[in-house]
Amino acid sequence: MRWLLLKDLRILRRSPLLVGLLVLYPVVIATLIGFALSRGPDKPQVAFVSLVPESAEEIELGGERIDVTRQAGPLFRAIDPVRVKTREEAIAKVRSGDVLGAVVVPEDTTRKLQAGLEPAEIEVFYNAEDPVKASYVRDTIKSQVADANNALTERYAKVALTFLDLIATGGEYNFFGRDFQVLGLQRSERILTEAQRDLPAGSPAREQVASVIEFARLARENLDLSDDVLASVGTPIRVKQTQLDGGSTPLSSFAVAIAVSVSLMFITLLLAAGALALEREENAFPRLVRGLVSRTGLLVEKAGLAAACSLVVVLMMLAGLGLFVDLDWGRFPLWVAAASAGALAFAAMGLAVGTLTREVRAASLLCVMVSLPLTFLALVPSGSVAPALYDVVRAISAIFPFRPTLDAMDSALNDSGGIVVPLLHLAALFVAFGAASRLGLRRFAAR
Amino acid sequence: MADPVTAEHSPGEHKREAPAAAVLQADGLTKRYGDREALRDVSLSAGRGELVAVIGPNGAGKTTLLSILAGIQRPDSGSVSRAPEEIGWVPQQAAVYGKLTVRENIELFARLEKVEDPAATVDRMLDLTGLRDRADDQVGELSSGNRQRVNIAVGLLGRQPVLLLDEPSAALDPRQRERVWEFVLSLTEAGTTVVYSTHNIQEAERHAQRVLVLADGELLFSGSPRELEQIVERERDRAPVERGDFEEAFVAFLRQRGH
Repeated sequence: MRWLLLKDLRILRRSPLLVGLLVLYPVVIATLIGFALSRGPDKPQVAFVSLVPESAEEIELGGERIDVTRQAGPLFRAIDPVRVKTREEAIAKVRSGDVLGAVVVPEDTTRKLQAGLEPAEIEVFYNAEDPVKASYVRDTIKSQVADANNALTERYAKVALTFLDLIATGGEYNFFGRDFQVLGLQRSERILTEAQRDLPAGSPAREQVASVIEFARLARENLDLSDDVLASVGTPIRVKQTQLDGGSTPLSSFAVAIAVSVSLMFITLLLAAGALALEREENAFPRLVRGLVSRTGLLVEKAGLAAACSLVVVLMMLAGLGLFVDLDWGRFPLWVAAASAGALAFAAMGLAVGTLTREVRAASLLCVMVSLPLTFLALVPSGSVAPALYDVVRAISAIFPFRPTLDAMDSALNDSGGIVVPLLHLAALFVAFGAASRLGLRRFAAR
Repeated sequence: MADPVTAEHSPGEHKREAPAAAVLQADGLTKRYGDREALRDVSLSAGRGELVAVIGPNGAGKTTLLSILAGIQRPDSGSVSRAPEEIGWVPQQAAVYGKLTVRENIELFARLEKVEDPAATVDRMLDLTGLRDRADDQVGELSSGNRQRVNIAVGLLGRQPVLLLDEPSAALDPRQRERVWEFVLSLTEAGTTVVYSTHNIQEAERHAQRVLVLADGELLFSGSPRELEQIVERERDRAPVERGDFEEAFVAFLRQRGH
């Protein structure tokens, strides 16, 4: 078997283009997948025009001046704004496809906000030629407008609270430059209590004053609760997040696990399937199994070759990725365990493909055709498809090594959960695909 | 089932061949692929140093017969006297690695055959095949004739007493064919029993001591080329044939038996 292994390595060494492609292709694919997963889409270009006159850009709430145009800051961070001068120009840019959407802030916006009698409206125009991008623009603008609403609601609530506080406890109030003294319920209650004491016992006015004192007390006590009520009005629903399943892997680290699993899959599958198919393509298989090598020995040699080569490549890849992503090198033995188990399972699958196709080109084609959809299936998140369909997706993913390899690598790299179950899963797949390839060898030599 | 005609026996008289000094013997080999019978109760034997040609039209079962003798395929019934390890085998298409050099191919198979001195064996084979000057060329860069010589050299590494050659001279030019035959004849002179299949009837007549005629999986004749001609001559009334032309005699023989 040692001589066969050396022979295969020698053949690989003499096929630099093949080896280059075998390494580069999965690395490029893995990098693209990782990049796509770890990075959001580009900021969409959105036309923006504020028709609010410069002199009216500020509103006064509770004595505090607010520049409304600054509320657009978060929106501008989420989009690539293209500033225009008129509403018509904004719409024309959307129609011509120069931008994906337009946001128009009408000139009466600050007036409506200042009056607080009716909600101010901003206009949004979409270009729906690309449904994905249109949806992204729509959601981004909605989300940012919701944030601005929240911010303004909080300010309104704060102003309302100031007024309520003034009513409850009294104090000074400035209105258009003039200061007013507000008595407040608390002081009213105190004054009335003192006045009541001066009234003669049995006086009917004493009883009436007592009822006014009681009203003032009740009103003050209930206004004290208004802080919490208004806070609830400002943010009626808060989000409390609780993670039930899965690890706490950052997206970039998960992308590393995906990149490694994809590379491992392509290299191992293609090498195992190709190396076995090559034995038949070169007509050497019948010669080898006439007593020179056992059929099982041949499979073991090919699996070992493919797994060892892919293991070396992915470990080098991890070393390279470690320059950009924070990886815990203390978990290196677990990386090796996860990558080895995945590589062996992929190798067994590759051998099964090799026995099925019996020629290198067909084997390579089938490997790519099978592995790409399986990768995407394994990455389908729960809840994104109907439950029954998701069960089917999970079942299909479970009978191929990509998903358990990804789970094992994620666990090894990011401590995202137990590694034992995915390793056992991979061991089971190795045995199953190994048995299938051994059976497949029965017809391997047939013409 | 028709009985094979042997030189020692008249047509119709069935007798299994079992020479006393048989180095290779096969009895009652039958092979089916689905409903098709590729070999039907074929028996043969070959003595030490004998050169036996298996001839027949396309689909006659020649390659199937050699594959079974070589242990590549299992027969549905019947037996072969020797284990595959005791039989050298040279497949029709070169079973060597195109990306390895001539030397590396021979050395690889010598090591897999566990020969005692691989380096000396490689030297011997390079001399035997006349490929010493191409020893460091990749086999994929060689002509089909030279590739076949490497193929044969690998088949000889085990130094087995029996060598099976499947269409050894197919796709070779006349000069290359001649070199291959010189090589094979030197083996039989050294005592190796060689059984080969061929489409080239002249080649069978010229080199083989005995020919086996297969058609539709059935062994129709076993004897020397001359004896085949004599049988055809005796049955001239069934299909006329030009005297002295073995290929004509072979075609007439098949025609006389409905093939």
